[in-house]
Amino acid sequence: MSTAALYNDQGGAETAVEAGQESTPTSSSSGAAFGLFSADFKKNEDLKEMLESSKESLKLEAMKRIVGLIAKGRNASELFPAVVKNVASKNIELKKLVYVYLVRYAEEQQDLALLSISTFQRALKDPNQFIRASALRVLSSIRVPIIVPIMMLAIKEAAADLSPYVRKTSAHAIQKLYSLDADQKEQLIEVIEKLLKDKSTLVAGSVVMAFEEVCPDRIDLIHKNYRKLCNLLVDVEEWGQVVIISMLTRYARTQFTSPWKEGATFEENNEKAFYESDSEEKKCHTEEKPYIMDPDHRLLLRNTKPLLQSRNTAVVMSVAQLYWHLAPKHEVSVVTKSLVRLLRSHREVQYIVLQNIATMSIQRKGMFEPFMKSFYVRSTDATHIKTLKLEILTNLANEANISTILREFQTYVKSQDKAFAAATIQAIGRCATNISEVTDTCLNGLVLLLSNRDETVVAESVVVIKKLLQTQPTQHSEIIKHMAKLFDNITVPMARASILWLIGEYCERVPKIAPDVLRKMAKSFTAEEDIVKLQTVNLAAKLYLTNSKQTKLLTQYILNLGKYDQNYDIRDRTRFIRQLIVPSEKSGALNKYARRILLAPKPAPVLESSFKDRDRFQLGTLSHSLNTKATGYQELSDWPAVAPDQSVRNVEIIEPVKEWAPTVGKAKQPKSADKFYSDDEDEKEEEGSDSSGSEDSSSSSSEESGSDSDEESSESEKTSSDSSGSEQSSSESEVEQKKKRKTKKAPQKKSKPTAADSDSDENGNGPVAQESSSSAESSSGSETDSEDDSDSDSPAPQKKTETKTKPKVVVKSKKEVSLLDLDDFSPAPTNTPQSSVFSPSLLSDLEGLSLSGVSSTVQVTTSSFGPVKTYELLHHMTGKGLAAKYHFPRQPCLYQPSMVAVQVILSNSSDHSLEEIHIGDRSPASLSIHCFNTIERLEPEASVTVSMGIDFSDSTQAANFQLCTKEDQFSVSIQPAVGELLMPSSMTEQDFCKEQGKLQGMNETSATITMETANASSQAISKQVLSVANVGVVPSSQNNVSRFAGRTVSSGALVLVSLELKESSAALLTINTEKTVMASMLLRDVKQALAQA
Amino acid sequence: MIHSLFLINHSGDIFLEKHWKSVISRSVCDYFFEVKEKAVDPENVPPVLQTPHHYLISIYRGKLFFLSVVQTEVPPLFVIEFLHRVADTFQDYFGECSEGVIKDNLVTVYELLEEMLDNGFPLATESNVLKEMIRPPNILRSVVNTLTGGSNVGDTLPTGQLSNVPWRRAGVKYTNNEAYFDIIEEIDAILDKSGTTVFAEIQGVVEACVRLTGMPDLTLSFMNPRLLDDVSFHPCVRFKRWESERVLSFIPPDGNFTLMTYHVSSQNLVAIPVYVKQSINFFETGSCGRLEITIGPKQNMGKTVEGLMVTIHMPKVVLSANLTATQGNYTYDLTTKVLVWDIGKLNPQKLPNLRGSLSMQAGAPKPEENPSLNIDLKIQQLAISGLKVSRLDMYGEKYKPFKGVKYLTKAGKFQVRT
Repeated sequence: MSTAALYNDQGGAETAVEAGQESTPTSSSSGAAFGLFSADFKKNEDLKEMLESSKESLKLEAMKRIVGLIAKGRNASELFPAVVKNVASKNIELKKLVYVYLVRYAEEQQDLALLSISTFQRALKDPNQFIRASALRVLSSIRVPIIVPIMMLAIKEAAADLSPYVRKTSAHAIQKLYSLDADQKEQLIEVIEKLLKDKSTLVAGSVVMAFEEVCPDRIDLIHKNYRKLCNLLVDVEEWGQVVIISMLTRYARTQFTSPWKEGATFEENNEKAFYESDSEEKKCHTEEKPYIMDPDHRLLLRNTKPLLQSRNTAVVMSVAQLYWHLAPKHEVSVVTKSLVRLLRSHREVQYIVLQNIATMSIQRKGMFEPFMKSFYVRSTDATHIKTLKLEILTNLANEANISTILREFQTYVKSQDKAFAAATIQAIGRCATNISEVTDTCLNGLVLLLSNRDETVVAESVVVIKKLLQTQPTQHSEIIKHMAKLFDNITVPMARASILWLIGEYCERVPKIAPDVLRKMAKSFTAEEDIVKLQTVNLAAKLYLTNSKQTKLLTQYILNLGKYDQNYDIRDRTRFIRQLIVPSEKSGALNKYARRILLAPKPAPVLESSFKDRDRFQLGTLSHSLNTKATGYQELSDWPAVAPDQSVRNVEIIEPVKEWAPTVGKAKQPKSADKFYSDDEDEKEEEGSDSSGSEDSSSSSSEESGSDSDEESSESEKTSSDSSGSEQSSSESEVEQKKKRKTKKAPQKKSKPTAADSDSDENGNGPVAQESSSSAESSSGSETDSEDDSDSDSPAPQKKTETKTKPKVVVKSKKEVSLLDLDDFSPAPTNTPQSSVFSPSLLSDLEGLSLSGVSSTVQVTTSSFGPVKTYELLHHMTGKGLAAKYHFPRQPCLYQPSMVAVQVILSNSSDHSLEEIHIGDRSPASLSIHCFNTIERLEPEASVTVSMGIDFSDSTQAANFQLCTKEDQFSVSIQPAVGELLMPSSMTEQDFCKEQGKLQGMNETSATITMETANASSQAISKQVLSVANVGVVPSSQNNVSRFAGRTVSSGALVLVSLELKESSAALLTINTEKTVMASMLLRDVKQALAQA
Repeated sequence: MIHSLFLINHSGDIFLEKHWKSVISRSVCDYFFEVKEKAVDPENVPPVLQTPHHYLISIYRGKLFFLSVVQTEVPPLFVIEFLHRVADTFQDYFGECSEGVIKDNLVTVYELLEEMLDNGFPLATESNVLKEMIRPPNILRSVVNTLTGGSNVGDTLPTGQLSNVPWRRAGVKYTNNEAYFDIIEEIDAILDKSGTTVFAEIQGVVEACVRLTGMPDLTLSFMNPRLLDDVSFHPCVRFKRWESERVLSFIPPDGNFTLMTYHVSSQNLVAIPVYVKQSINFFETGSCGRLEITIGPKQNMGKTVEGLMVTIHMPKVVLSANLTATQGNYTYDLTTKVLVWDIGKLNPQKLPNLRGSLSMQAGAPKPEENPSLNIDLKIQQLAISGLKVSRLDMYGEKYKPFKGVKYLTKAGKFQVRT
């Protein structure tokens, strides 16, 4: 206690002084309360008292103020003893704030910090995983060397913890310990090795980070985990993805051979199924095998590709760099779109992405050329963004697009941002040298710029012209003369120097002007900038050599001026030149060569991109961005000539695959189970990896033990922590399911719904369950009542009451407790938000969402992926193996609004592949069809769905055309049902009645029909009518009348259908439309549909 | 990775610092200030700077610099993305991200930063996980807290970090279950003097506001998904499902989030909703200029163009503007030289017109480039690309949600060169 008190006095005094000094400059910016506070020494005493009081609220208040101090960068270290006492507080917020304080000051007050250690040690044994984790987090953040052994122990224990969250924290702690004491490296590597084997997605990112920090060179640790990491990648959190991807990039460069060999065509040595539907790739592979890509290499590329769609720009960039450094050249371009997308992001993101694109575009123009316009500069861009865009545009310039680019540059030159205008001139210069066709045009343009009013523009033009002239001086004496004339008006030193140099260099081409310029320079020599003086001396020397008669005196005058110049460079140069050109006894042999030295032909400068050599750095790195090697930059090694042994990864080839499956399921089952890794793919992978029986059994046992431990963990969790209990138990059940799945592989797909059902029973958050079981339940109940939603849009009050009751019914039948509550709270839950949130105008939009019965019912009765009726277009017997079916997807046709969309499913039931499937002649010739693109190749047993558009001109006349393959032609015809020639139209009841009033008499067709009793309800009627005609349901206020509206696709004529229920099963069906023929046909169809159940 | 973070306001005061490793003196920011001075406009400060011992990576948002210090090689985008995420989180918690608000909530901010990074490596960046740990402030709670001495730190421990779906917390309950989707499309375009399109593209974003009880599994499908050329998704979206069926299938986060952003394929011609007739002349003599701008509807799909606004960054020599607008009003800021003409709704019968004279600094040479016009506009209930949502299905929960879709077209970076 005494030491503490002593310390306090000192500390307090110190801070008082510090605070006093500090408060003056900052008081203006900081809040008055804090400013006052830190200046006041007594206030700190206050805080101490508050901390020592017994009231939690006072303590909390004090800690909040202290954290405020820390945030502002004030010193609050003298409070350490008072604060550290509260480390064991029960109040979570107080505890957290104490942690914040501790982490900040422990380093400075090591002895006192030790007081808190025991608290953490105790917490490390806490049954709650979160408390364990946070204890480890703080313990490892206290940078006190004495506790290194304690930390080491804690890390080791935590690495074996059952909770993945704690293991993740231990991975973080590894880095902290390593930075505290690098001597622990060996032990830490052991822990890393262990954690790398971890199967949890939570841990993966953190441990790889630790690996990168502690032992990035121990690539051997990765081998066995490579495939697991690749497979886990999509499910790892985004920050972890970045780290893993960049580590794997480095790894791949050491382990695989280059896919970039000259004219490399390559083929995967794997089964087709492994690569699913990468048909594009297959095509370009030929039979020759000069290069075979390692399947692991391919695995990496394949698994990172979906991440290009990440919302996290860092992830996208890291995938892009991975493709750039690892993918075969022709595959790199898949990243282009994503990179261009990032340009829409924040300014800072643009900056980094543009830098990388600039580097890429030097080597691979083609990648970004189609997106050239995305790099057009806007006047609102920041200067560094503009310059980068300019750089990229210049890199992309070629013979074909140069005129567009130059036109664009013309606008930039006039920019108000003069630095940017100057950069544009540089860019024009580069284009001129790179593309010889436009050199003259550019040169003329630049000469015009010489008369620009802005100095920087003129100066830059001069410099660039100088460089250009050097490449072809012969025909340009006119330009030199022009520049000499401008000389008086140009004040920018660099530009003046450039002109002087040009005149000197080509003085023989402008013999009259050169001496005159020199004369002027002699006059103003003393007032010139150094660089201009140097060039004047140069010019004088060159003139002296070529035209000594006129310039001898001038030269000597200038040399004399130079001799006494203040700048030593100029004095040196003068002395040197004098000795060189003026013959004297002292000057030796050099004199004879003066002419050859000074007037030697000089090679033209090469104008090239400043990003030219950036590719020595890995893309996306800090080093690349800065163009210097940053601390800790890991060089990307060259491809090995011979691939190291692949079997290092192979050893556990089965195990990782099997192992990850359950964990993936556990961590993120909903996302992955049936999406990312389809089951058959799983199987294929297992089969593919030449597994012998013995391996299989060993792996399955290991897998079992793995899942056992998982189960254990979840069980223990369940008992210990109630907060996470339910969730853990669900994961446990999932583990069990997985086991089942493994034991009976074949039926696993089918068994999923049942397995998942149990899952959802647990806590209702197993999305797999929802997906698969949805088809069973949702179509029955929950969907049909969504229709009522829209009905409530209608002004009719009657319906509203209906919506009120409807959900209740549904709910009761389903026994969902929470929903009953909901019903109690708000009598009409569906109606309230509408009126409050949406303006009436919005309602029309809402209908588009198919809240309205129209499409919802249509698509409920059908599935959204497979419409009602499929018709045969071509039987496989007549089609020599080619079979075709079609259906009407009932969507607006993409190609032309007047067309009806038709989807054709082509399948090949022959034993050979069919090539060049396309549409040939059609009849009637006027028939307009939007054909599908020719299908190059259809493998046996494969099928493909294509969509086409046909303009039937509102008639049911069949569209005849020929379906051709390479060898054969088959005449086929599509005869549309009249209902398919319609488009649903949405209107209100009033509108409907109004329109119906206009279409009376001739335009009305009606009949009394008899309906099947099952069809009596309005829902059933809608269902039946919609099954035959693509019309929209019109909300109706009368229960016994159903109304439907549509338009014909081609002419847009209104078709109104109304059905009035009479007594018993009779009903009056009325159709109003101008197209009377259609009306009668439609009448017949609807009648038929309603007559059957 | 990230060593320290400094928050710096517009005038260059450091008002918050946070260190995740050992303390780095704030004098490291001096390098930054030096560059900032030189850059004049804060937008022009390069995001990545090198100092003898550290690297400074900064972002500029809401008149604040978020300056992070790193010591070793790290992907710069990693840091930039994270800093933006921090700013987003502040925005999410406090409604805005400004100096005043951050100072008012210093403790909450500090607690957030503490949770978001561990040893410089991002730990919890999902908004719902954070919100479970640290409750966002609201007036009611702060009153209650002062009275009862309660805290704004969640007393239950977050489970989100361990959950199957880390972006959604368990046990969400609402009395009104609603799912709203806003489809917002921005037209980026550059038009040249004659009104021809130099460059135009459509970028869209689907913003969602989902308040649904339990663990709903949603499927959103489009009428014409083929329009979408390039997309990026919130992590909740199942990518494979999109690839195979072109539907968005996801378990939504709770509350507001960006579901996807997309780019409409460039093959489609972009409809430009307005045309602009302009003539801006600066005369060689008399130090004055003339300006006339007329805007009219072009391809607006029969909808009304609203919120029309024209912004012009005038050359420095323009001293004042004496204009008359037939509709809306204009302001000319003398210090920033920005002319803003706020038109409002576009009336196709009577086209808005702005004309008048500009007076320039006497004796100054006439500016050689005419300033370009930046157009801002809004069209309600229209997605200019023609994208339409066809349906939204919910699985896994048994109640009936209220669903809604709203379309909006805006001008993005819409520039008319003159």
